[in-house]
Amino acid sequence: MKPNLVIIGNGMAGIRTLEVLLSAAPDRYQITVIGKEPFGSYNRILLSPVLAGESSFDEILIHDRAWYEAQGIELLAGDEFEAMFIDRVRHQVVCRNGKRIGYDRLLIATGSEPLLLPIPGADSQGVLGFRGIRDVERMQQLAISGGHAVVIGAGLLGLEAAHGLNKLGMEVTVVHRARYPLNRQLDSEAASLLLQALERRGIRFRLGVNSQQIHSLDGHVSALELDDGEYLPARLIVMATGITPNIELAKNSGLACNRGIRVNDCLQTFDPKIYAVGECVEHRGTTFGLVEPLFEQASVCANHLAAHGVASYSYLKPATRLKVSGINLFSMGVFDTHDPEVELIHYRDPAQGIYKKLLIRNNQLIGAVLYGDTGDGPWFHELMRDAVDLSPYRDGLIFGRPPVTTLSATTDLSSDLSSDLSSDITTATHSTGQTP
Amino acid sequence: MNRQASAIPATQTGAGVFKPAPSQPASRCVKTTCPYCGTGCGVAVQISPEVAASNASAGLSLSGDSNHPSNRGTLCSKGINLLETLDPAARLLHPELDGQRVSWDQALDSAASRIRAIIDQHGPDAFAIYGSGQLLTEDYYVANKLMKGFIGSANIDTNSRLCMSSAVAGHKRAFGSDTVPGCYEDLDQAELMVLAGSNMAWCHPILFNRILAAKEQAAKAANPNHRLVVIDPRRTATCDAADLHLALKPGSDATLFNGLLVYLADHNRLDRRFVETHTQGFASALSQARSSAPDIASVARICALQPQDVETFYRWFANTAKSVTAFSQGINQSSSGTDKVNAIINLHLASGRIGKPGMGPFSITGQPNAMGGREVGGLANQLAAHLELDDPMHRDLLGRFWNSNQIAAKPGYKAVDLFRAIEEGKVKAVWIMATNPVDSLPDADRVRAALEQCELVMLSDCMAATDTAALAHIRLPATGWGERDGTVTNAERCISRQRAILPASGEAKPDWWALSRIGQRLGFEEAFDYQAPWQIFREHARLSAFENHPRGILRDFNLSALAEIDADAYQALQPTRWPIRTLSTDGIPQGTARLFGDGKFFTADGKARFVAITPRPPINSPDASYPLVLNTGRIRDQWHTMTRTGLSPRLSAHRPEPFVEIHPAEAKRQQLQQGAIARIESHWGTMLARITITDNIGQGQLFVPMHWTSQFASRGRMGALVNPAVDPLSGQPESKQTPVRIKPFNARWHAFLLCREPLPRPIAVADCAYQVRATGAGFQRYELAGASKVADWHRQARQWLNVDMSTPDEWLEYSDPAQGVYRSALIRNGLLQAVLVVGATPQLPEREWLGSLFNADALNDSDRRSLLSARPASGSASSGPLVCACFGVGRNTITEAIAAQGLDSAAAVGCALKAGTNCGACVPEINALLQVRQVQVETAEQG
Repeated sequence: MKPNLVIIGNGMAGIRTLEVLLSAAPDRYQITVIGKEPFGSYNRILLSPVLAGESSFDEILIHDRAWYEAQGIELLAGDEFEAMFIDRVRHQVVCRNGKRIGYDRLLIATGSEPLLLPIPGADSQGVLGFRGIRDVERMQQLAISGGHAVVIGAGLLGLEAAHGLNKLGMEVTVVHRARYPLNRQLDSEAASLLLQALERRGIRFRLGVNSQQIHSLDGHVSALELDDGEYLPARLIVMATGITPNIELAKNSGLACNRGIRVNDCLQTFDPKIYAVGECVEHRGTTFGLVEPLFEQASVCANHLAAHGVASYSYLKPATRLKVSGINLFSMGVFDTHDPEVELIHYRDPAQGIYKKLLIRNNQLIGAVLYGDTGDGPWFHELMRDAVDLSPYRDGLIFGRPPVTTLSATTDLSSDLSSDLSSDITTATHSTGQTP
Repeated sequence: MNRQASAIPATQTGAGVFKPAPSQPASRCVKTTCPYCGTGCGVAVQISPEVAASNASAGLSLSGDSNHPSNRGTLCSKGINLLETLDPAARLLHPELDGQRVSWDQALDSAASRIRAIIDQHGPDAFAIYGSGQLLTEDYYVANKLMKGFIGSANIDTNSRLCMSSAVAGHKRAFGSDTVPGCYEDLDQAELMVLAGSNMAWCHPILFNRILAAKEQAAKAANPNHRLVVIDPRRTATCDAADLHLALKPGSDATLFNGLLVYLADHNRLDRRFVETHTQGFASALSQARSSAPDIASVARICALQPQDVETFYRWFANTAKSVTAFSQGINQSSSGTDKVNAIINLHLASGRIGKPGMGPFSITGQPNAMGGREVGGLANQLAAHLELDDPMHRDLLGRFWNSNQIAAKPGYKAVDLFRAIEEGKVKAVWIMATNPVDSLPDADRVRAALEQCELVMLSDCMAATDTAALAHIRLPATGWGERDGTVTNAERCISRQRAILPASGEAKPDWWALSRIGQRLGFEEAFDYQAPWQIFREHARLSAFENHPRGILRDFNLSALAEIDADAYQALQPTRWPIRTLSTDGIPQGTARLFGDGKFFTADGKARFVAITPRPPINSPDASYPLVLNTGRIRDQWHTMTRTGLSPRLSAHRPEPFVEIHPAEAKRQQLQQGAIARIESHWGTMLARITITDNIGQGQLFVPMHWTSQFASRGRMGALVNPAVDPLSGQPESKQTPVRIKPFNARWHAFLLCREPLPRPIAVADCAYQVRATGAGFQRYELAGASKVADWHRQARQWLNVDMSTPDEWLEYSDPAQGVYRSALIRNGLLQAVLVVGATPQLPEREWLGSLFNADALNDSDRRSLLSARPASGSASSGPLVCACFGVGRNTITEAIAAQGLDSAAAVGCALKAGTNCGACVPEINALLQVRQVQVETAEQG
């Protein structure tokens, strides 16, 4: 008899762990996957293009039900199978419908929930997060008859939502507390290029203001009142003000949690039979919102589930990009500082909408902001990750990887390694939400 | 009307664009002469009937004239790029009177009446002409006739004074005439070729090629006696081919030659018969030589040479009958230049090696028509046709020939003195022709001040915007090279035609025409009734023949066979060496290859004179404050003050900046870094130059090029440094030996700025002490460096380019302030307008690729993105700094080809890339690249 592995959560982190595990140790477990949404698994980070009508749902499906069948995996999808409790004594997961599923190993990948602002009227109809395919469907329904929409939060997710709604024909206003959008990824100069680009598309911005109250008519949202007294009419309000790890199940089952489910470097919870990955975990005090570290975690966790037991997870702050078609931006590491030790390299071509900034300390790259021309982002990320001494690259660094002939033979950059990594980053660095 | 002008009507378009006359049905070939150095190469220009209207040089193609005896089809980098210098944009196109465009008649009427008024009130000496070695013989002739023959003043001088007056004075002392005894064939036929004070490989590449060809032939014939000796304190490109290079102490040449005279006497190598029959003064010359240079050991000590090298040179000279000693500015530009010339001539008189094939002293001239100028008496102390101003018989002869009783009787003001006289108000009207004294004369600010308060300044020039033009009351547009028609004489007395290949620009006229019309308006109607240059030339030939016989006044210069020349014969005139005294049976003028072979000279007794030489050191010696000796000279691709060559992008690419050569040990002592900027100081001024560390130059010496003026460099004028010492006989300045000191220029930043248009106004020197401009293909290049910090580079760039923020320009910027790096580019309508590159060190990116972007129709995306990286996006490589100016081949291209194709000789490089296969002047550089590669390969093998 093979041991049972139960995975709670059919999202990006859980499925990636499953995929890696299947390739590393295909026959090790009898596997059951419990998913809240009644589908196979889909690529949540591509919800923005679906909202904008640039992709269809079919295109972002990762695995349909048939796939699970073919792999011999039991998929329990839908509300009735929602995991309510983990009976850690009996090693069983208890579902909403009372079904108990025994496990030898359990993986919790319950993800996160949008953090809704606790303001009056936040429970009105037409106030949505931007999390799942259902949110997307609801937004699309409301957009059919046009009108005003408000997006609260000008982070990555908020801007993607605003772009999507704008493309669906709504008149979109973005409300943001900070003085410029993406203030956690961009400096003011890059942000102002972004702002101009989005305003050119017809998206309006109210910056440096707070949301005060949501007004509704017959229970449906009608306007957002700002703390400067302005009323923004709205048939739809999308709150993109952050996410919060989904830890209720773990907490209720007595697993050690802080902001997230606490895991060690092997992604193991305080219960050695139970692992956790993704946006629901807290690793060395950090919680997660971007997909890149999730995939890192997935491969480490799969390594342990496969009983290889050699991988160890360490967090590297990922680079970020915005999935708004026609807008390229890239941000990593320290992107704004007054530290006098930090040296700045700038490149500007405002007419072409290009802005680049590199931040350097002790001859090492510690951050970058790229706007308009982001092709060299992966290389910069690599230089930062490997703490490469920039002395041989400094001249012309901001223009990207030098031609091979000018590379000194003594530099420790292995081109194999770097090309692997670049492809990783370009395919995987996408937002799934904002870290709280 | 001028025949030439009516034969080829000017079809000038509004934008100042050259267009040949539409009446030309088919492609034709015009043979003319190169306007640069004294070699006098023939140039053939093919003019195609379909000519693009957009470009002066489109539809023209240029090559060496294979029938011209001077160059037999070859041309140097300067000559082959001549078409690049035909820049119609910069031309003066119409006469101007007090800043207003007027007709020629108005301009000439006004000029003539003002000149007349000044002469009437203050006398003829209140008027002066300041000309240039660029004038054609016909222009010179009319100018001299007007001044010395009819106005009655000798106030006419030219910049030729600075070039070869020591050679003239030396010739006259020895031969009684200003005669170059030999011809270029002597360079082919000599077995021992001595080059003294001449970097011929760079300065006269075509002549040098003849010497190389002779060497090659000798090698083939296994003749071990064929040798080249170079006497020069510097190891120049010329030395690459030398069998012996004597890097003597600067200024010690006369001792070396005196020692040789002693050696010849002591080794019984004198031609005693020749000395006794045809010369005078040998005994005192020898005894003087013996007291200054008694033996090889003393010579070696004084000249700082190895005794065995001195001995080798002496032995070779003593044993080789066919010896030629060619000398140039290294001899002439000295406070004892005339003596050095005579020390050389003494050797050839003593050995009887003069005027015979493969033998003789040979003055190699720098100017295209300095010889022509001498023939018509172009200087303030000469008369036409080698007649002497201070001899009443000569004046009388000239007065009878010209039918004038106004012949000037006293010498006029020489160049520098002339402007002093203007300053003092003695000269109240000056006509400046084809030169820019506000920039080119020493003490230029004083010249400017003098002209500012001069009553009448007239300027004939082809260029519109010169510093002198700004001060002129009357400006007359002159034809330039390519439009002019006349004759020039080269260093071997060869008279060649310069012919027009283009119609005149705008209303430009030849200088002889303007001079003649003024002469007629001054009342000398008949004397200046010239309508075409052949009429002037015929008169010039007749004058040279006039009473030129032993019963009259016998002169070396004699064109009697051309005294009846007509328009057709003049048009067909082939290059011929004077004297030209006979016609062949079919009427072809017969020249004279050599003079003095018969031992007959132009002194009163017909004998040549030895001159006893006491070597004199340079007037100013190095001391504790100024411990180094500054040497000056030419570089390969520039000529004089760059007024023409500075327009050529290719010629400006080889050495775009003034530089200073210094020995590695000296550089270390002075803490100078390769490629950084140095400040050179003398008692007389300072100069900034790019440092080139090389052991081609000895310790204790520096070398700077002579070419840069304030038109091209803020503080790159070597004239500012050079001591005002002159030769007492010739008046030629001592430009080769000035005591100086050198120190690093502490630049806070180094930069270059490339821009499509020249900067609208000069950069303030306070902002940027070091500034050099060079002409690129489609852009101007400024090399800059400053000692004070620039707070806001973007603002600085906008200010230099005179662009304010309100214009809808596109700016690209790149900055890395911690490294002192700033770069920006200005783009307008998709076209690159300017790019500024600033760094903390002199190591800035290559300029070539950035420069090439100015020729793109529109900047493509990839180029725009890599623009400020200053290198093309990976894949397309930059060709690197220019090495071969003839074919535009860069260093990277050559280096890569050497490595990739395993090329192992300059010839192989030439086969692969054409580089070095035209004038060959870059072959030493190609060899250096081959050597670098060789060292790399050997190191790799050992490793």
